[in-house]
Amino acid sequence: MKVHTLSILVENRAGVLSRVAGMFSRRGFNIESLAVGTCEQPEMSRITITVKGDDTTIEQVKKQLNKLIDVIKVSDITYREHVRRELALIKVAASPSNTRAEVMQIADVFRAQIIDVGAKTLVLQVVGPPEKIDALETLLRQYGVKELVRTGTVAVLRGSKTSAGE
Amino acid sequence: MKTGAKILIEGLIRQGVTTIFGYPGGVVLPIYDELYDSPLQHILVRHEQAAAHAADGYARASGRTGVCLATSGPGACNLVTGIATAYMDSVPMVALTGQVPTSLLGNDAFQESDITGITMPITKHNYLVNKTEDLDSVIREAFHIARTGRQGPVLIDIPKDVATNQIPDPPDDYQFHIRGYNPTLQGHLRQIEKALAMIDEAKRPVIYAGGGVIASNASSELIRLAELTGTPVTTTLMGIGAIPCDHPLNLGMLGMHGTRYANYAVTECDLLIAIGARFDDRVTGKIQSFAPNAGIIHIDIDPAEIGKNKPVDVPIVGDSKSVLTCMLDRIAKQPSRQGWNEKVNHWKSTHPMALPDDGVLRPQMVIRTLSDLLDGEGIIVSEVGQNQMWTAQHFCFRHPRTWITSGGLGTMGYGLPAAMGAHYARPDLPVFDIAGDGSIQMNIQEFGTIAQYDIPVKVVILNNMFLGMVRQWQELFYDRRYSYTELPEVDFVGIARAYGIDGMRVDSADLVKEALMSAIETDGPFVLDFRIEREENVFPMVPAGAAINEMIGGRQE
Repeated sequence: MKVHTLSILVENRAGVLSRVAGMFSRRGFNIESLAVGTCEQPEMSRITITVKGDDTTIEQVKKQLNKLIDVIKVSDITYREHVRRELALIKVAASPSNTRAEVMQIADVFRAQIIDVGAKTLVLQVVGPPEKIDALETLLRQYGVKELVRTGTVAVLRGSKTSAGE
Repeated sequence: MKTGAKILIEGLIRQGVTTIFGYPGGVVLPIYDELYDSPLQHILVRHEQAAAHAADGYARASGRTGVCLATSGPGACNLVTGIATAYMDSVPMVALTGQVPTSLLGNDAFQESDITGITMPITKHNYLVNKTEDLDSVIREAFHIARTGRQGPVLIDIPKDVATNQIPDPPDDYQFHIRGYNPTLQGHLRQIEKALAMIDEAKRPVIYAGGGVIASNASSELIRLAELTGTPVTTTLMGIGAIPCDHPLNLGMLGMHGTRYANYAVTECDLLIAIGARFDDRVTGKIQSFAPNAGIIHIDIDPAEIGKNKPVDVPIVGDSKSVLTCMLDRIAKQPSRQGWNEKVNHWKSTHPMALPDDGVLRPQMVIRTLSDLLDGEGIIVSEVGQNQMWTAQHFCFRHPRTWITSGGLGTMGYGLPAAMGAHYARPDLPVFDIAGDGSIQMNIQEFGTIAQYDIPVKVVILNNMFLGMVRQWQELFYDRRYSYTELPEVDFVGIARAYGIDGMRVDSADLVKEALMSAIETDGPFVLDFRIEREENVFPMVPAGAAINEMIGGRQE
């Protein structure tokens, strides 16, 4: 079981996300993360999905995605040179008298930015591959993570190649 | 200037539509008003589900795209079972639904339902038309998607104001391009050559042909391949009719209620050539034991079906007809497979689909008598359950598109409305609906439609006062605990007469032939109520989860 990163070019139309997400749930495929937004092409969107499964399952996921009329192109970039990033906002308990300094130190190590300072909390913004965010979350848990928001992974191929053009 | 309703009707005519099945209602009033003096023939059903099944039966019998029409809310929801039935069996259909005006969408307005949301998993694609300007292109795209590639139903949801708004005439020669849709029709040449090499090597090949052969009109190519290579052919429930029942290479149906010899041949073969079939669980039984010694060639138009249930040695994505034609052009002289053919014929003669001649009114005998009388010339539609399996096993089909049944979804109540649709597709042929007393009562209101239009559908009810297939499973696997499967006696002939349809009740085996003759000789619809042996079973049978050569039942000679 390996986590695959699929970059999916779709028509930018009402209901497309629901078609894609519905196909995953109906066929019992598990979405690890999902990110969607506009892209370089007008009237299209790009959905980045990470999905866990063996080769047969992933093959079936790609084929079923390709059957959706609004899906223009499915690229599995897992085995190609690529960079993956996710952004997370983490609200963590950190009172000035107690743990604030420690939390700020950890943030520094992870190159996370502190984007809000409250009386008893800090909000950290961190960008990186999902494993890095997992690691930071684990470290911060001992201080009390009040809220955690993640965008889902986005990914792009290294070099001049693009996921849509082969 | 034209209204959306007019654009719709003209669009349907441009697509070659002549007949549609529907039921009016509030938000489709503008469309019905436009239908009133259009050249389209509209058949008024008694329940929207029947409109969908009739469009489906029309499509299967003709190969053209079936069209049904319903109003918003309950009308659209009533289509759902019919759309799902067509989706599971890859039937080209366009379902048109009315919708509340765009200004009220999402407001829980009267008779509003999110039918594009509801039908997302059971349509090949669907559209909610937001403005009249989009309607013309949506109709063109919908028909294109429904009838190309792996065929299937497409739904178009049309809000009332989209139908009433007037816009300048759309251009006649509008060209569309669907970026995300480009089905592969031609098989990959290198794969085809690999397949041919495997066929050359094979000593014990079997062809396993499914509904895709019927859908792509590849029946003659299939038979040619079988004859050139001396390969026995077994068909799925959906593939019946692709090769004549009495062709020497035909093994009949395989799988759960297949023939013993088909299942033995598949189990023993060294090469399985799957054509337009999808390794469904009712076919394969225990998948690990299905064709355990065989290399597998899989030809299918849908790449997602290849390797879905069973690993394949040579996948060929493409339309069955085009792939088979390409194979036939390149096929080398074949070795004799006489030994294999003799072995298969030995199984055929030692395990025939036999039934006792004991004077009891048995359903199989009704089917066989009808088969003899029609001699393969007619359309047989079935409901779902024992009636369906007995017909698949005992009727001798000689032509593609003459056997119409709900395979994938297994929809009880499908037969009667689908038979109506089949009649409009092929008015030149007699149409029979083989039913059970359970199934017929699921859409019995359509007696009203066949009476109103004098549709000459003959209904053969195999009446055992049981939900027979479920009862059979209760007998075999639940210790004869007949939990809610017994049905009270119903006077079906009385019901038919109340609708103005003639009919006859048959209680004795001696009268079967005569009764069927009366039905055939009647010009209009006719209902036959056969009081059959109540606890007759469908045999042979592969119990759920068993390998297909581990069959139970079936009389052996």
